[in-house]
Amino acid sequence: MATVYFDEATRRFSKEDAPAVDGITLDIADGEFLVLVGPSGCGKSTTLRMLAGLEPVDGGRILVDGHDQKGVRPRDRDIAMVFQSYALYPNMSAAQNMAFALDNAKVSRSETRQRVAEAAKILELEPLLDRKPGQMSGGQRQRVAMGRAIVRNPKVFCMDEPLSNLDAKLRVSTRSQIAGLQRRLGITTVYVTHDQVEAMTMGHRVAVLRDGKLQQVDTPERLYDHPVNTFVAAFIGSPAITLVESDVREGVARVHGVSVPLDRSVAGRAGEKVVVGLRPESWHVVETPARSGAGDSGTTALALNVELVESLGSESFVYGRPVGADDDADRVTVRLDKRTHLAVGDTVHVEPNRGEVHLFDAASGERIEA
Amino acid sequence: MSTSTIVGTVDEEKTPPAADRRRRRRAAHNVEASTHNRGPVWTAAGYVGMVLVLLVVAVPLFWILVTSFKERGDIYVRPAQWWPEPATGQNYSELTTRIPFSDYVRNSVIITAATSLAKIILGVLSAYALSLMRFPGRSIVFIVVIAALMVPNQITVISNYALVAQLGWRNTYQGIIIPLAGVAFGTFLMRNQFLNLPGEIIEAARLDGAGPMKLLWRVVMPMSWPTLVAFALITVVSEWNEYLWPFLMSDDESTATLPVGLTFLQNNDGVTNWGPVMAGTVLAMLPILVLFLFLQRQMIKGLTAGAVKS
Ligand SMILES: Nc1ncnc2c1ncn2[C@@H]1O[C@H](COP(=O)(O)OP(=O)(O)OP(=O)(O)O)[C@@H](O)[C@H]1O
Ligand SMILES: [Mg+2]
Repeated sequence: MATVYFDEATRRFSKEDAPAVDGITLDIADGEFLVLVGPSGCGKSTTLRMLAGLEPVDGGRILVDGHDQKGVRPRDRDIAMVFQSYALYPNMSAAQNMAFALDNAKVSRSETRQRVAEAAKILELEPLLDRKPGQMSGGQRQRVAMGRAIVRNPKVFCMDEPLSNLDAKLRVSTRSQIAGLQRRLGITTVYVTHDQVEAMTMGHRVAVLRDGKLQQVDTPERLYDHPVNTFVAAFIGSPAITLVESDVREGVARVHGVSVPLDRSVAGRAGEKVVVGLRPESWHVVETPARSGAGDSGTTALALNVELVESLGSESFVYGRPVGADDDADRVTVRLDKRTHLAVGDTVHVEPNRGEVHLFDAASGERIEA
Repeated sequence: MSTSTIVGTVDEEKTPPAADRRRRRRAAHNVEASTHNRGPVWTAAGYVGMVLVLLVVAVPLFWILVTSFKERGDIYVRPAQWWPEPATGQNYSELTTRIPFSDYVRNSVIITAATSLAKIILGVLSAYALSLMRFPGRSIVFIVVIAALMVPNQITVISNYALVAQLGWRNTYQGIIIPLAGVAFGTFLMRNQFLNLPGEIIEAARLDGAGPMKLLWRVVMPMSWPTLVAFALITVVSEWNEYLWPFLMSDDESTATLPVGLTFLQNNDGVTNWGPVMAGTVLAMLPILVLFLFLQRQMIKGLTAGAVKS
């Protein structure tokens, strides 16, 4: 159990290129489950490896329990890692894989056996203890890799996309298993994934990375409801948020010609141009679009030409382009409950929900907060 | 990734019995072989090539074997006799009585074993240091080692000879063994092997607290046996057959190895008596042949199966 503190931590693979990890400052509490997300190549693995001591820190510091880890060898850090590739020892059985670290730490035979048995029980690995990695399925290997980490009872768990190799169903069950296990053991965990569903469901807090720079660290709810910029807004949430660039005039933004009234406090801060963000569930269908009188205020309902319907059973997502818009106009995503049936080619009128509009500065992409 | 369909059931799956596994492997092989089918012309060409290689390699060997069983007079008969008629063990008994054959065998075994062992240990350790440990000047050291590989043996022989003679090590085992124990080739080969191991396994072992020697023995070597066996085999064969250096170093049966001993046999008579020489050659080949058959089964691939996802 330990706290972890990244203090402007930077990693530069070469002098010419931009740093792979660029001045990350991140305070992780004892026992916290922190998820690092971001698109491929944004520096998630590198950040994790710096913490484990597998990558040098070129600038800034990383503190574990308040101690600068500079010069501390990986084996002396008491950090266990679950690798993207599992990295099991192929010549050793599952039990030997798990016992290896304890063996190195000169833990007694009986205690080793007990701890391995315990881990095997938690992970339901008991029937597999004598098998070599080559004789196991992906999910079983994944559990052995987890077991290898938990028998050590380390200060920090580092997990690098441990579920990326599993099929969808197993991923869901293992996801909750890992989260539950972490809660039970109370070990500080840094978990890397590029799957935002994993990020949202598992972490106490989620850190979003982009090009080596930290964008936002927050609880999943805050991240979803208050993304600090368009990148986070677009990355978190599935299907993705609809972002539309629009002008603001007299406190009213226009989304594809439809006026979206803004809160006065927000409107005051907005410049000429903003990006309006609307989540799929932030729309509602209007049966008969009301004309809000004549004049330039236009309609309040957006007519969409349905181009794709994704039905998930309990709900469905409709992707459509505004009627009359050209082909390269951005698509709008709308969530519908299962009572509304639409087919491709239909036209549907939707209105944004009041108070669910995200507003970003068009130039910087930063959120405009009241 | 291929597990998606079996993930749910593999728990209950028992390891299949050996026969079953063998059958499956054969089936897999056939499938693979059939994909390489390129039509009858290529197949025929392949067989012709195979036969040619077989002839080039096998005919001299066969000739040696046949000759070793011939009577002296039959060796030079024209047209060539392809079968010993009558067959005789005379050459073999002559071999063991006319020269101290067992002394040569002993020397060969000692020198081959010691040199090979030294080469393998030094090769593995130096390759390990040059691939998986970090220290200043590592690449310079590697370049120097590789440079040593570029220098032909025959060039260093002269200075080595002067040095060893000066030390008074002629006709001693150490005089033969130590100059032969340099290992540029093994370092090169094993270093490549180590660098090709999945890095994450080595990192995992480091995080698991394995020290350098433990890392080598418990993690790195078990994944490298096939390469090590190949390296060992090549080393043993070349040491067993090493001729020039032992020949320069030894004057008599106290240290002379088999190949050198056979030359003594050849030189003893004014006229070469090929029979015993052939018999000696056959006997010199046998141990290596056995070793080869034995180790060849160890040189299987796929020891890293299941370690990392592909
Ligand atoms: N050993 C290395 N040498 C040079 N550049 C590297 C090295 N390792 C990573 N990088 C670069 O650093 C950046 C971050 O890599 P990293 O592996 O941390 O990405 P990631 O977020 O884990 O991506 P993914 O989701 O694909 O695993 C990438 O641009 C990558 O090309
Ligand atoms: Mg990664």
